[in-house]
Amino acid sequence: MSAAAHVAHGSHDSHGHHDAHGHHEESFISKYIFSQDHKMIGKQFLLTAVFMGIVAMLLSILFRIQLAWPGESSDFLSFFLGETWAPGGILKEDMYLGLVTIHGTIMVFFLLTGGLSGTFSNLLIPLQIGARDMASGFLNMLSYWFFFISSIIMLVSMFVESGPAMAGWTIYPPLSVLPQAVSGSGLGMTLWLVSMTLFVVSSLMGSLNYIVTVLNLRTKGMSMTRMPLTIWAFFVTAILGVLSFPVLFSAVLLLMMDRLMGTSFYLSDIIVGGEMLANHGGSPILYQHLFWFLGHPEVYIVLLPALGLSSEIISTNSRKPIFGYRAMIGSILAIGFLSFIVWGHHMFVTGMNPFLGSVFVFTTLLIAIPSAVKVFNYLTTLWKGSIVLTPGMMFAVGLVSTFITGGVTGIILADSALDINVHDTYFVVAHFHIVMGMSAVFGMFAGVYHWFPKMYGRMMNLRLGYAHFWITIVGAYGVFFPMHFVGLAGAPRRYYDYSVYGEFDSPTGDMMLDLNVIITIFAIIAAIGQGLFLFNFFYSIFRGPKAVQNPWKGNSLEWTTPVEHVHGNWPGELPTVHRWPYDYSKPGASEDYIPQTVPLAEGEEEH
Amino acid sequence: MSGHATKEIDSATLWGGKISPFSTSYGKLMMWFFLVSDALTFGGLLIAYGFTRFNTLDAWPIGEETFNSMPFLGHGYPLLYVALMTFILIVSSVTMVLAVEAGHRMDKKGVVKWMIATIIGGFFFVGSQAWEWSHFIHGSEFGKVELADGSQAIVHGKFGELKNFTVTEAGKHYRKGDVITEDLRHQYQHAVVEGKVIGGANGGVITLHDGSIAKVNKAKDEHMKLIIKVKGAKYKLQDVIENEEASRMYYEAIDGHAHKVIYGANLKENEYGTQQYAQFFFFITGFHGFHVFSGVCINIIILMGVLRGVYHKRGHYEMVEKTGLYWHFVDLVWVFVFTFFYLV
Repeated sequence: MSAAAHVAHGSHDSHGHHDAHGHHEESFISKYIFSQDHKMIGKQFLLTAVFMGIVAMLLSILFRIQLAWPGESSDFLSFFLGETWAPGGILKEDMYLGLVTIHGTIMVFFLLTGGLSGTFSNLLIPLQIGARDMASGFLNMLSYWFFFISSIIMLVSMFVESGPAMAGWTIYPPLSVLPQAVSGSGLGMTLWLVSMTLFVVSSLMGSLNYIVTVLNLRTKGMSMTRMPLTIWAFFVTAILGVLSFPVLFSAVLLLMMDRLMGTSFYLSDIIVGGEMLANHGGSPILYQHLFWFLGHPEVYIVLLPALGLSSEIISTNSRKPIFGYRAMIGSILAIGFLSFIVWGHHMFVTGMNPFLGSVFVFTTLLIAIPSAVKVFNYLTTLWKGSIVLTPGMMFAVGLVSTFITGGVTGIILADSALDINVHDTYFVVAHFHIVMGMSAVFGMFAGVYHWFPKMYGRMMNLRLGYAHFWITIVGAYGVFFPMHFVGLAGAPRRYYDYSVYGEFDSPTGDMMLDLNVIITIFAIIAAIGQGLFLFNFFYSIFRGPKAVQNPWKGNSLEWTTPVEHVHGNWPGELPTVHRWPYDYSKPGASEDYIPQTVPLAEGEEEH
Repeated sequence: MSGHATKEIDSATLWGGKISPFSTSYGKLMMWFFLVSDALTFGGLLIAYGFTRFNTLDAWPIGEETFNSMPFLGHGYPLLYVALMTFILIVSSVTMVLAVEAGHRMDKKGVVKWMIATIIGGFFFVGSQAWEWSHFIHGSEFGKVELADGSQAIVHGKFGELKNFTVTEAGKHYRKGDVITEDLRHQYQHAVVEGKVIGGANGGVITLHDGSIAKVNKAKDEHMKLIIKVKGAKYKLQDVIENEEASRMYYEAIDGHAHKVIYGANLKENEYGTQQYAQFFFFITGFHGFHVFSGVCINIIILMGVLRGVYHKRGHYEMVEKTGLYWHFVDLVWVFVFTFFYLV
């Protein structure tokens, strides 16, 4: 063994021991605010992301009210938006775009990237691989604080006079460049770009940490093929982040130049108000290529952690080994790889050469294979299991449901011949909200319910959890299922008012409006239902029943740590791993689970 | 700390936990992955450059024509200076390797010596880049000229030296008979752009910014050559017009006509060709220059650590190795930037 590895390990271990023995008292600030402990940082990410998620959900309710009852006055709108953005209680067109944009941005980046990867990678990587902490606690702390500042700037951007960014979460130029085009492309868009730049920095520092921690700090016996699937998912997610976010960074830098320095990287021959702008020679398509080179892997940055969490939860609560462990790893890797060569399917209608389009069709359809492998492995894991329906398990199974429902429409959208007909309609909105939004949100809820005892040492209330699950899944399908029909009827996304459709095709127009009312009602019910979760979450932090060390009878290492957090995770030696984490209901064993730390019995075969 | 395993370890043990599978500390691994990430940032920018160039129908500037001067020596040395600064940057990578190697031997003096050499190389490069920018911004002495048929041409040849301006009609500032010898080229180019030089082929008459009128005492241009870069009614792309006729056409174009000549490049206009080239040049070389500059700063910080003996006490010079990785990466990126902006 080389000296380098030795030094790295030696210093880390001694640090861990030092803290574990409690030689020094931590101040309030170093323990709760500028903490370098991965468990605390994970909780900080979670709380920030949950707050951002509530904001984004509220924004969606605001614009859903406009879509269901266009042009009608609403006290709810005037309460939140005031006379400036909702004069007389009627939402302004500009602000409609602003709400849609910020809703998408917060949900994709702040809730589902920061909240999922940030929370659970931080919490679980050291605990499940048997490390004292992340490789660099300091960078990890910085990663959170960059995320925090970035969140604050994104929130502030909603309160500037010219309004928040209004060009959609993809901020396509030229709309995002020219303040003459829409008022949100002024200061609001500048703040959006600054916020996202800080977000990229945060994500980079976090991802570097996750990768090297998984590579270097696994405990003795924790080979790569004994890692829980959660860790594989976080590991590949971090690699995707390291490879894709920098390209968004370059796209954003060039966009900033176009906005601030008058360059024309993305602009060419634009007429605003009858005047030809001086910009010449750039291409808005260039931005789309750069953006979607990030944008598509980003979908999997959001989804993979959720799939990893659900693998672990489904196996534990089916009391069965995960079906096809290596196939699961293979499909995570395959999805990660393929995610980089499919971005063109977002651009079928940009005038792309049809031959190139068909290449992207092919690569996109390939993703169906590893995705289907995962789905079938979930189902076969559940098959004939002794299923324990904890709230975490229900959300994990809910994820499998939404992943199938949304995946099926994904095959339709992957095919350019079909996609061109429904491109940029509500059919697309329905597809990605179900397959990416709902699946990831369900994975996140599953994770929170399952690892809450690990985070706070207390249990969440089961009944509230069940109620939350049923309201959420009924609400989610109630919102997004009808959107398929709205889209097939031809309603483009991001329109402010669909009532005009009634004028040239009144049955279709009526259908759209009726469905929009239904969707909004379900959205409001689902949003109110989240109150159950919030109450349960915060109440249980303080008043929940004390958790036992291993409440779900799980095998992985985090359940061998004490309930009360210690800096360094294990009070004594680091545990040694002797088996994979899925030895549930092993024939001949006395109990239906065998933790990873238990040595193989005589004559026992490893899985 | 070189990462050489002293004996072979089978991969099951290497990947079996407890030890680093690459026998590398986490800090060094992080640096490697950071560099992968940064490579993709530059990759995105350079691909954007390629995409734009591929989609542009107008003539793209040619490196040899654009960058052909040396400090103190003037024009006629295509790509020589950039070759020199590239060479020095690469040499600074060599000195960085020597610093890392000295670190392995725990030779503090050696580390200091070679790190200082690396820092000097870095400063030279950043300074040279400033010079290149300045040259690119100010442009050539002739500028790009729009000819009578609407075509645009760049001009090669020796610009006759401006000796002085003799004031023939007083303005607000100069009196009649004053002989102006300062800042001649700058004033001349301003006047040309504003259409205030008449009869320029033989020096001619210039209207200065204070309203005074002066006679230009200028040597004759030599070996003039117009190369068409944007086609017009009469001339096609890459048509060449030489000597007397070139001179005649050039001065006909500027004779009292405003905005017929563009000197140098900025974010709005570019003497050497397509506007997009200038924008990408400033942005990407600027972004790279910022990387070099931060690399120099990091090197200085690490050097201070070396001088204070921090790493010697620690027992290894891995920090030097880590900044070395960054420094080599920045050099490597320059090879690509250099290739795309100067060579192809």
